[in-house]
Amino acid sequence: MAHTAERIASALEGLAHELSTGKDGMCSVRVAASDVHECVLRLRDRAQFETNTFVTAIDHFPKEPRFEGLWQFMSVAHADRVRVSALLPGTEPKVASIVDLYPGAAYAERESFDMFGIVYVGHADLKRLLMPENYDHFPLRKDFPHHGIEPDRLYREWDRRRRERAAVSDHSEIADQ
Amino acid sequence: MSTSQLFEYTPGTVDRDDPLHGELMELNMGPQHPATHGVLRIKVVLDGETMREVEPVVGYLHRGKEKTCESLGWRKFFPHTDRLDYVQPLLNNCAYAMALEKLAGLEVPERGQQIRVLLMEMSRIMAHLIYLGTTSIDLGAITMFFFTFKERERAYSLLDAYTGHRMNNTYVRIGGVYADVEDNVAAGIKEWVNAFPKAIDEFETMLTGNRIWFDRNRNIGILTKEQCKAWSLTGPNLRGSGEAYDLRKAMPYSGYEQYDFEIPVGTVGDCYDRYLVRIEEMRQSVRIIQQALAKLEKTKGGEFLADDRRYVLPPKETVHQSMEELIHQFKIVTDMALPKGHVYHAVESSKGELGFFVASDGTSHPVRCHIRAPGLMNVQAIPVLMKDRLFSDTVSIIGSLDFVMGEVDR
Amino acid sequence: MGSLKPAGAHGHDDFGFLATRVDELVNWGRKNSLWPMPLGLSCCGIELMAMIGPKFDLARFGAEAARFSPRQCDLMIVAGTLTWKMAEAARTIYDQMPDPKWVIAMGVCSSSGGMYDSYSVVQGVDSILPVDVYVPGCPPRPDAVIDAIMKLQKKIEREKPIELLLQGTAVGEYDQGTKRFLRAPNHGIPTTRSGEMLAPGEWKDR
Repeated sequence: MAHTAERIASALEGLAHELSTGKDGMCSVRVAASDVHECVLRLRDRAQFETNTFVTAIDHFPKEPRFEGLWQFMSVAHADRVRVSALLPGTEPKVASIVDLYPGAAYAERESFDMFGIVYVGHADLKRLLMPENYDHFPLRKDFPHHGIEPDRLYREWDRRRRERAAVSDHSEIADQ
Repeated sequence: MSTSQLFEYTPGTVDRDDPLHGELMELNMGPQHPATHGVLRIKVVLDGETMREVEPVVGYLHRGKEKTCESLGWRKFFPHTDRLDYVQPLLNNCAYAMALEKLAGLEVPERGQQIRVLLMEMSRIMAHLIYLGTTSIDLGAITMFFFTFKERERAYSLLDAYTGHRMNNTYVRIGGVYADVEDNVAAGIKEWVNAFPKAIDEFETMLTGNRIWFDRNRNIGILTKEQCKAWSLTGPNLRGSGEAYDLRKAMPYSGYEQYDFEIPVGTVGDCYDRYLVRIEEMRQSVRIIQQALAKLEKTKGGEFLADDRRYVLPPKETVHQSMEELIHQFKIVTDMALPKGHVYHAVESSKGELGFFVASDGTSHPVRCHIRAPGLMNVQAIPVLMKDRLFSDTVSIIGSLDFVMGEVDR
Repeated sequence: MGSLKPAGAHGHDDFGFLATRVDELVNWGRKNSLWPMPLGLSCCGIELMAMIGPKFDLARFGAEAARFSPRQCDLMIVAGTLTWKMAEAARTIYDQMPDPKWVIAMGVCSSSGGMYDSYSVVQGVDSILPVDVYVPGCPPRPDAVIDAIMKLQKKIEREKPIELLLQGTAVGEYDQGTKRFLRAPNHGIPTTRSGEMLAPGEWKDR
């Protein structure tokens, strides 16, 4: 989409970026991790990308930098899309949150944190979304096994506490099965 | 609308020690609840009947689909896509297949596209019937549940005859669909779809002019266009707020540009408008299905699967007889590799924009397969709409936002 | 310790004709009024709704009253994939159901984890609760679940509530050897259900 690329290039003038077009015809912008917020702000205000489609990441383990953060936006007015990507380090990956620009990115950032461990700085409520809150691991990392590590650990702890309560209580409704 | 007004919801702003508040009660609308449309948990802090703090908790159906895609590989993931938004399985299949076809640079033949459009629109109708049935029964209009499920049963029998299973059909393959639409199936679908507008009329008779339905949905859960876009809402939620944006028209796929249909748009952006939008979408889907059936009549005997032996299984008869086809079959089943690249493809599902982001490094297993689920964004809008409203509006709002936990949690 | 006796060895003449008749009456009442607690978690939940719906009417079996409060139900139908995050809630719901209670694991996800061999899915709901009938299918047709309910009804027919009440003992335990539940009741309080477990070869309705 030639005019999309032009619009994006003019919006991002002055900001260091690499523009490319993917197999799906979508413009892809590569920026430094520290420039993500500025890039997204410009895309929203100058290029009319009003809505955020997803926020996620790719784990390139064992290559460094390990994570490739991805942000994709759609313009309803122009009916086109853009994808922003930035490479993040493997140890303590941090990037600015775009929740102040797109409140709809809140859950997507929480999910990305839950699955990869990427911290979105500035997110008011960055806790796990899909896994239980006190879960220890980041499932979508490549070094996490598909079957999981002790998947029933939290349940077994809860179950032990439940049986202890049942043993001392008069109520037989907490069955011993 | 100023930027600050878009982001009206901030968590944790209730001052629980304020003496002017009544006693606040924390209520848990647990993961198991008839009206939460699946395993959604909503933690509510109530001040009398008014909700002061609302926090949805999701993840009770997280099955690790994205990780599963990485370990299973491209082909074996198709059944998993069915079970994402399980009320419209074929639509999810098509979305995933189209993303892979973009990656592979594969062109689906015309008849294959027409069959896909037929299946996608049938799935859309069935998904909207679920919305109608479950939202009505939650609001007390119990008869609507039976009416909509009766219509769904009719569609199920047709899909059973065609695909072999009522739901979770997994009928779509890379390059087309599994098998052709036979004459008896096409005739059955034609009969069903021609009788369907009368059923929609029945639904409208029961609900549209109904005083109770109106009172419980009018001016409840109002979203403006800008709010929808800021909160990443798409689909009927966006269209109910007045934005005429439908991916089938804006970024057409699978031959949708050849079909003649309209996009219903609401005005106020409340639950009632979203209901009207979905009813009208069902009528438009009927039009599309009728056109697809007419087109299928014309392309009878045409190819419904692309002819690319790198990705499409050869016909079984040839596999049993020819060495080359046997090798192709073996290669595809065990080790079908897709070319390198990052591709995103989205379709207009009944809930919004359903997209698959697939990243491949040239092997048979994806580097990343991210499922952009519209339901997750719909759930995100729950606190925005429910804050400072009466508790009984919860059911209207959850029903009208319409999400399915299978895709929210993946 | 409870022991597994073959079905016929209980001996109907142990407690007399009257006890057997009351047994049958109680079982008849229970089996024809199974009120399901639909734990509709995912896709099987849609087929569960279809089963309660007009075509595969579950009301014919007295099971239409699907109460969502566990306190008012006796049959828990686990329909869908159970994840470890949800497992606590599912177990709590099971505990809240009053005796006598039965569980149907509907679909392969609740029977054995189904197609999800991943880090968050419980590989079979019998990891956390005892199950009476397993229904394979993804999702099983509503007819298959109705068949499961009919099998459960036959299973209930074979129970001996009055006999056990009169016996005053609890029958059945958790077998450490095979690591399976043998219809264990609560803490030694007399149960009103039978403790028998039949191997498939011994099912009388085959």
